[in-house]
Amino acid sequence: MTSHTATQAVHPLTKDDFKPDGPVKWCAGCGDYAILAAIMTVLVDLGGRKEDLVFVSGIGCSSRFPYYINTYGFHGLHGRGAAIATGIKIANPSLQVWHITGDGDSMAIGGNHFIHTVRRNIDMNIVIFNNRIYGLTKGQYSPTSPKGLVTKSSPDGVIESPFTPGELVMGAQGTFFARAVDTDPKMLRAVLKAAALHKGTSVVEVLQNCVIFNHQTHAAVTNKETKDDNQLFLEAGKPMLFGKNKKKGIIRRNNRLKVGIIGEDGVTMDDILVHDPTDPEDMTHYNLVRMGLPEFPVAMGVIRSCDCIESYDQLYEQQVAAARQKSHIKCMDDLLNSGNILDL
Amino acid sequence: MDNKNHRIIELEHVVVKLAGDSGDGMQLSGTQFSDTTAIDGNDLATFPDFPSEIRAPQGTVAGVSGFQLHFGFIKVETPGDLADVLIALNPAALKVNMKWVKPGATIIIDEDSFQDKDILKAGYLSNPLEDGTLDGYKVIKAPITSLSRRTCMQLGLDAKSADRTKNQFALGMLYYMFHKDLDFGGKFLDEKFAKKELVAKANKAVLESGYHFAENLQEFAITYRIKPRKEVKGRYRSINGNTAVAWGLMAAAEKAGLELFLGSYPITPATEILQELSSMKHLNVKTLQAEDEIAGINSAIGAAFAGKLAATSTSGPGLALKSEAIGLAVITELPLVIIDVQRGGPSTGLPTKPEQSDVLQAIFGRHGESPVVVMAASTPANCFLYAFMAAKIAVEHMVPVILLTDGYLANGSELWKVVKMDDMPDIKPRLVKDNDPDYQPYKRDPQTLARSWALPGQEGLRHRIGGLEKEDVYGDVSHDPLNHQKMVKLRQEKVYRVANHIPDLKVWGESAGDLLVVGWGGTYGHLISAVKDLQTEGHKISLAHFNYIYPLPKNTKEVLKGFKKIVVCELNNGQFIYWLRAVHPEFKYLTYHKVQGQPFMINELKEKFTEILEEF
Repeated sequence: MTSHTATQAVHPLTKDDFKPDGPVKWCAGCGDYAILAAIMTVLVDLGGRKEDLVFVSGIGCSSRFPYYINTYGFHGLHGRGAAIATGIKIANPSLQVWHITGDGDSMAIGGNHFIHTVRRNIDMNIVIFNNRIYGLTKGQYSPTSPKGLVTKSSPDGVIESPFTPGELVMGAQGTFFARAVDTDPKMLRAVLKAAALHKGTSVVEVLQNCVIFNHQTHAAVTNKETKDDNQLFLEAGKPMLFGKNKKKGIIRRNNRLKVGIIGEDGVTMDDILVHDPTDPEDMTHYNLVRMGLPEFPVAMGVIRSCDCIESYDQLYEQQVAAARQKSHIKCMDDLLNSGNILDL
Repeated sequence: MDNKNHRIIELEHVVVKLAGDSGDGMQLSGTQFSDTTAIDGNDLATFPDFPSEIRAPQGTVAGVSGFQLHFGFIKVETPGDLADVLIALNPAALKVNMKWVKPGATIIIDEDSFQDKDILKAGYLSNPLEDGTLDGYKVIKAPITSLSRRTCMQLGLDAKSADRTKNQFALGMLYYMFHKDLDFGGKFLDEKFAKKELVAKANKAVLESGYHFAENLQEFAITYRIKPRKEVKGRYRSINGNTAVAWGLMAAAEKAGLELFLGSYPITPATEILQELSSMKHLNVKTLQAEDEIAGINSAIGAAFAGKLAATSTSGPGLALKSEAIGLAVITELPLVIIDVQRGGPSTGLPTKPEQSDVLQAIFGRHGESPVVVMAASTPANCFLYAFMAAKIAVEHMVPVILLTDGYLANGSELWKVVKMDDMPDIKPRLVKDNDPDYQPYKRDPQTLARSWALPGQEGLRHRIGGLEKEDVYGDVSHDPLNHQKMVKLRQEKVYRVANHIPDLKVWGESAGDLLVVGWGGTYGHLISAVKDLQTEGHKISLAHFNYIYPLPKNTKEVLKGFKKIVVCELNNGQFIYWLRAVHPEFKYLTYHKVQGQPFMINELKEKFTEILEEF
């Protein structure tokens, strides 16, 4: 292999570098197209070597992603993408690993791999395409489907409580969680770029529309008419304001989050919480990911991004370096001839 | 030795069994004694036999842990059927092991532990020391617990810790009985308890107390010596199957110029492979203790994609969980070594006991047309060679390889002649140069049909693989019916052609005769011992023992047709015989199966073979 140094001139990337040879086969109007376009733009923006990018997926509509982007790619097994990606990253930490998954793939069959990957804080970017339905099997409810949703496998309505992916990330001591919608390319790009730059497991939940089996599932959040009132876009160091005139904001009362309106009930700008995604102990992150309609707007943007712990792969490489330095056994012959040896 | 009547008898080989409560340190003292005999130049084989409970109720038969050691001046092939010497630290240990001792054997018991309540707890109705149970044996009663306590008390060790040293007292008696090097025993303890000085000191003192106690005992007027082996020259070490597997994989990685990755989940009796490799970071080994068996193998597949020599280790229940991912490795045609240390099944079964009941799972246990190479190691030490060969085949043929060992091989140890890396065969991974204009993901070597291995990070080779069917040569997703059939046949043929690269099936004995004994995997030692004995008695009997199962060696048919009768011996209900019948239906096969979670006994095999030979 050629050696690549940081000083080597790298040809600037364009979106054409990532265009696949074959056709993209998602349904017309699927939210996945917007995510693909946003990721390509972010990759161009970030620069670097295109050969160092690996996209890994599980099974589902979202998981066809690696076939639609010209990088190294691995289309894995249902739910197992995180485990495959983990092996790739540990094997070669210089690779930039993206794991593309869906709400069924990561929250149901791959739930165990998902929480443990987050817990280990392996340096990879996990993008969950959350359309709250099983698309590729044609319309059964998923672990993120809301209560009451009528689907082919819940004809009388879902009676299970849905997972909020961010809650699992917090529960697994995740270091990065962000949320975006497929209808806002600018927001998507900002969030995906922040995820790529974070060292550790970055989880991005994209509220994505399935035109065929769960059309308009996120409509209340994404519609032009309602989005200002129903989305709270979080930015570090800025007050949590939303609504057309930015008069509404998130306040804390009796240790609970509440929506306050500036000028009403004695609420002033000073009452509005200021977002700090970096504090690992900040329980507000947990409260923010749980916020949902109709009582609250849905939190968007980078909700949590802490550089509080080193990533697994960094720690592992440190152990490898220390072990190499310490041991006098440098090769197999050394090992074979060490310890209890008997010369006859 | 001031005993005037003291005599030394030379023995060719001897079988010793240490038995006590599972907290009594039987595995530790067993390893200590076997290492001592190895240093002394004896050949040896060991078999630890322990319950799956960590500490079952003290003094009950459920909690008995044993360690059997067979050492000799001659080549030792098995840990031995029955013991010449049994050490029983309590009545339960005696009760469990009485059926595993030879008539007239020496039985050393801790008389302090034969109180009425202990005897009842073990399930004896009367005291076996008095009721005639031990008639015909040479019984040596020693106050092991009280003398160990006394020794420890002088050193200021607490009573609880003192009771943990009694295995050393019994061992000291063995050191005396067999003229073994007490200094080495002490050195072993120093290393074992390097961080607990007092414990090391107390154990050594108790070991010596046992030795001197035996020295002064009338019953030890006769002691035994097993001379070092003469016919062997060179450098040896004692190794168990799990360590040998770990080292074999490491050796293969070094030879191939690759780094080793193991993705694994702890499971008895395979866990030590993960443990051993996790302490080898200095030799470029990376391990992941995954969240489950599935993540273990999937992380290994990811590591293989990224260019590692990738492996996963497990036992039967774990192999079942890995089936789906093995199929992924089959279709992505990545090199992967899957180690299955077989145990008694189905389900949780007998976790600590050996069995050979995963061979059909290994050959067939996946959905779809999903051929993989299946191999089996046959002695603790040759786990090194077969792990090495499994890795060589995996990377040279771009195929998953399942290597079967078992609990007997994994925990048993034997003396192994240390290899030199220069003497190991070369391994040539099918790596590709950057920007190779001819690279296509599924373009194959015309001889082996193996595809090439382009790694993420390489320039000019970006490609995508996955679980969907691949277009021949180009590797794009393809649902074309004829392409699917072609790819199924190519993957199958690739595995068949591995037969061109493996050694012929060897026959121990004449290549024609009355009876061919057929075995595979961990039963080799017992089968060869039985066959050799009967050959010495003049029978026309030979052994063919398989290490390569899928595909079978090319000369298999040639070997089988040289004999009037064939008997297939396995520790299962008849699995390898299914495979032989499927591949070579032209022969008639007799069977001998045992499914007790125990290895064969040489004597039962000889009886069976004699019975067949007498039918002529």
